Amino acid sequence: MTDTAWIDLALVSARPQAVGALLRYFRNLDTAEEAFQEACIRALKTWPKSGPPRDPAAWLIFVGRNSGIDKVRRQSRETALPPEEILSDLEDQEGALADQLDGSHYRDDILRLLFVCSNPALPATQQIALALRIVSGLSVKQIARAFLVSEAAMEQRITRAKSRVAAAGLAFETPDAADRADRLAAVATMIYLVFNEGYSAMNGPESVSADLCQEAIRLGRLLLQLFPAEPEIMGLTALMMIQHSRARARFDADSAVILLEDQDRGLWDRPLIDEALALIDKAMRYRQPGAYQIQAAIAALHARAERADETDWAQIDLLYQALERLQPSPVITLNRAVAVSKRKGPEAALAMIEPLADKLSGYFYFHGLSGHLLKQLGKVREARVAFDHAIALATNAAECAYIRMQLDKLDEAPGIELSERKI
Amino acid sequence: MLYAVFCYNQEDVTNAWTKEQDEKVMHDLLAVQSKYAEAGRLGPVARLMPTTSATTLRHSHSETIVIDGPFAETKEQLLGFYVIDCASVDEALDFARDLSSANPAAGSYEIRPLAIYKPSELAS
Repeated sequence: MTDTAWIDLALVSARPQAVGALLRYFRNLDTAEEAFQEACIRALKTWPKSGPPRDPAAWLIFVGRNSGIDKVRRQSRETALPPEEILSDLEDQEGALADQLDGSHYRDDILRLLFVCSNPALPATQQIALALRIVSGLSVKQIARAFLVSEAAMEQRITRAKSRVAAAGLAFETPDAADRADRLAAVATMIYLVFNEGYSAMNGPESVSADLCQEAIRLGRLLLQLFPAEPEIMGLTALMMIQHSRARARFDADSAVILLEDQDRGLWDRPLIDEALALIDKAMRYRQPGAYQIQAAIAALHARAERADETDWAQIDLLYQALERLQPSPVITLNRAVAVSKRKGPEAALAMIEPLADKLSGYFYFHGLSGHLLKQLGKVREARVAFDHAIALATNAAECAYIRMQLDKLDEAPGIELSERKI
Repeated sequence: MLYAVFCYNQEDVTNAWTKEQDEKVMHDLLAVQSKYAEAGRLGPVARLMPTTSATTLRHSHSETIVIDGPFAETKEQLLGFYVIDCASVDEALDFARDLSSANPAAGSYEIRPLAIYKPSELAS
């Protein structure tokens, strides 16, 4: 790896800790970001000559803090505002380095930074954009590309998110245990949003959206390092790992979606699955089931089956029932219907999802699954209606391509449909 | 003399590697290993999963406690290691408990799943 590649990685991996600490000092997101930026510029100048520091994050915090203080002083002179308010808690410059390395500070700094981006007052899209910009340090251009919007629109979205965050006010006191648990839950949701944004926008393993999935997994691992004894964070990270392990098998050459049961399991990323299974194993020891853990356990059952027909659908059905009890939702019932269709046949599954029609009429997967079940029952005409609904609701090209393929299959000889009914 | 070589790196950085970067590093490391393997001088090789997969059993005079996460104390030194095949982390913990009760000294046992394991190619 070249020197500059190493420095880039060091800056990326030090970023959450450094920006988090700078945010604690300056109590202003923009100032913290600018100070970090300045420190990075100096790192790029200094590190290739003097060699990398032993602790890149501490170095960046120290340099960023000093440059930030300079800037605040300059500005205060220019605008003739008393600097004391801003500088009062920044006085002790010398002892700062030791303080920065304090483990508990470090943990709460990063959690605060993540929490700033997870503010429930922000719509999901703004949470994701803000986290990618502030925590991950992606450029506005990169984020815009992942969201398939213009750079200007993304810039605006991030600015809007930042002003909402500023208006909501940031909590700088050290959180107590209950606050910490609340923050952790909000942050977990945000990380999963980032993951899902990447997952659903993907249309091939090389797509830029895959980077969002990798980034979300990195944030999950980071959170686990800070909070090693949280089974739900183990579950979340494992869930994302297993879902992402299928990236190379999820699409055909035409970028159409390949369903789980039709995927080439040899293309799954086994090392990532193994790591996820180890995390689930650890989480189980707590006997504190949670939504992420249950979903991870379902994903693990798929991952463990070497062939699609070896899938333990009975166990998956049970886990979905547990999930329904924990957080009742028509989408979970819809997912359970897939397991039921495997165990009891398409008729039973169809009966299960029919009552959901009102709530899920605008949901792509509802019509997709209806179409599938109807097709299995040989009801070609009704299946076509369902697939037509689905295609109208598809949010990306891969979904469209998949449904089009199903419609094409319906056009083939009806005899094929009849033979499929036997399965 | 047989030597064990332990690899220490910044995990935050290796976690930020892309899959391609990781594969490239593994490929380059393999080239180093094969020279020694061919000469019959390479013992077992292992890559550990990240520390987030670790569980630590801490044993003091009368009690043992299980902690999630890697071994973090600096006042104890690494004195040896085992590779065992277990169905779950609980089984591995049982093994560590047996070790700790057979060993009168207080100590810690970090249990970390292996991402890669290659058996010994030492010439007999």
